Amino acid sequence: MHLDALSWSVDGRVIVDGVDVTPPTGALTGLLGPNGAGKSSLLRLVAGVLHGAGAVHLDGTDLLTLRRRDRARLLALVEQDGAAPEGLTVAETVLLGRTPHGSPLAGMSTADRERAAQALTTAGVSALRDRALTTLSGGERQRVHLARALAQDPRVLLLDEPTNHLDVRAQLDTLAVVRDLTADGVTVIAALHDLNLAAASCDHVVLLHHGRVAAAGPVAQVLHPDVLEPVYGVRCTVLEHPGTGRPVLVFDRG
Amino acid sequence: MRRPPTPLALGVGLVALLVSLVVAITVGPAGIAPADVWATVAHHLGVAAPGGDLSPLLDGIVWELRLPRVLAAALVGAGLAVAGAVMQTVVRNPLADPYLLGLSGGASLGAVAVLVLGVAVLLPVAAFAGALAALVATLALAGSSAATSPARTVLAGLAIGQLAAAGTSFVIFWSATGDSYRDILAWLMGSLAGAGWSDVAIAAVAVGVLGTGLLAAGRSLDALALGDTAAAALGIAVARVRWALLVTVALLTGALVAVSGSIGFVGLAVPHAVRLVVGTAHRRLLALTAVVGATFLVWADTAARALFEPRELPVGIVTALVGAPVLAALLWRRRRLEA
Repeated sequence: MHLDALSWSVDGRVIVDGVDVTPPTGALTGLLGPNGAGKSSLLRLVAGVLHGAGAVHLDGTDLLTLRRRDRARLLALVEQDGAAPEGLTVAETVLLGRTPHGSPLAGMSTADRERAAQALTTAGVSALRDRALTTLSGGERQRVHLARALAQDPRVLLLDEPTNHLDVRAQLDTLAVVRDLTADGVTVIAALHDLNLAAASCDHVVLLHHGRVAAAGPVAQVLHPDVLEPVYGVRCTVLEHPGTGRPVLVFDRG
Repeated sequence: MRRPPTPLALGVGLVALLVSLVVAITVGPAGIAPADVWATVAHHLGVAAPGGDLSPLLDGIVWELRLPRVLAAALVGAGLAVAGAVMQTVVRNPLADPYLLGLSGGASLGAVAVLVLGVAVLLPVAAFAGALAALVATLALAGSSAATSPARTVLAGLAIGQLAAAGTSFVIFWSATGDSYRDILAWLMGSLAGAGWSDVAIAAVAVGVLGTGLLAAGRSLDALALGDTAAAALGIAVARVRWALLVTVALLTGALVAVSGSIGFVGLAVPHAVRLVVGTAHRRLLALTAVVGATFLVWADTAARALFEPRELPVGIVTALVGAPVLAALLWRRRRLEA
């Protein structure tokens, strides 16, 4: 997968500025950067929800030139604060992930229902299946939207702050679900706020600053004081996790 | 949240509708029994021997007066309720309804304008044009950004609706030939008095064709309920689908207003009540909304003509009696949510 010179501006203000990166296939790529760096906008551009300049290549096709439905069969997006419309149950919401599969005029098939039930189980929310979406906690809701994206059967999954609102345990559970997906060959790009969470779970990171790529590469290379300090404006110390050997970051205002 | 199985809910609804149709026909000054209704209908459909016990006069009352009126009420009720349910999802506003957002008023103005000009053939077209113009004006006035509050859209709709109502009243007043106040009331508050088979035909085609189209868009409507970004990521052409649905709703409203004048609150009260039972998934919601809306307006119209016999209430007064408290309850609940 290759994001080819993606740009987007609104009212003459450049929000995403020539982003050109290659997230590895079947891996978890963390999209990092301070508030307003353009993470959400970049994900929406890749999903074809925002229309800017550039291309998104997957196996030689530009996803942005595909018809919407065809693109939605290859690529799913989970927004930061997924909606909770009244009157939808968890099971009905997850079933909506099957929308791009099958005819838009036909109803949902048995196969669609089975795939949705599977996604509920994979995301660990099948116990909630008959609950109304409006009665869920923020974290539960986010897991339901993740399940909806899984039911979409995408090859590329875009997650905008999937661990927002979640307590530590739920954050780790969610990222474990995502890691399992990458093991099945799904390419995941997740905007993350928590640098330590990214350090502990990502294979690859892209660091955005003012809409541009400040750094991109393996975790150890990007989550480095020399790279992070100018972007976040903090002093940073990198330690090594005694168990996993992965980097642990400690910050002070300097 | 366990839902009743769809076939069960729909079956119960259809039986209730059928019983309502038959009973509504028996209500009125001329005493008619349910069995007479069956006999007349069977006779006219040619499936049974003439039931000798019904006089030609009573037969005429059933076949020429009450049956078309009751069927027109059912079709208009079904169409308005479905239009409301679709609008609520498409403009993402629980208070949306063809009447509250000014579509019905615009359609009435279009309709009386061509009637005064003496080109009655154009009635449905003019009603549609009026509905569409009112919808565009309301959405432009409210601003269609996501930040627009539901109440603001309703205010815009009220402004447009009142303007259209004033226009309608003026057109009728200006062309007045004596008893025009009844006409004004009939267009502004709705009336099914005098509905005949041609009205049934217009409403049946509109509800049959456009209603089927809206039902077929059920999956897109479900996706739209999740928000524009989520719907777009699910492969829905959000802007195109939204306008196609709104134009369909305007067409439907125009056709129904041409038949019955503007009847309020059916599109507001019925979908909310049905949603409480079967949820938001649109195929199920729209099918059941149509059946319940039909039953509701059949009874509202029966009350309108029977309560103060021989005088008739405009049916919009009856629907407002039920619908306005629903609107009040929705506003009350939003106030709590926003507090």
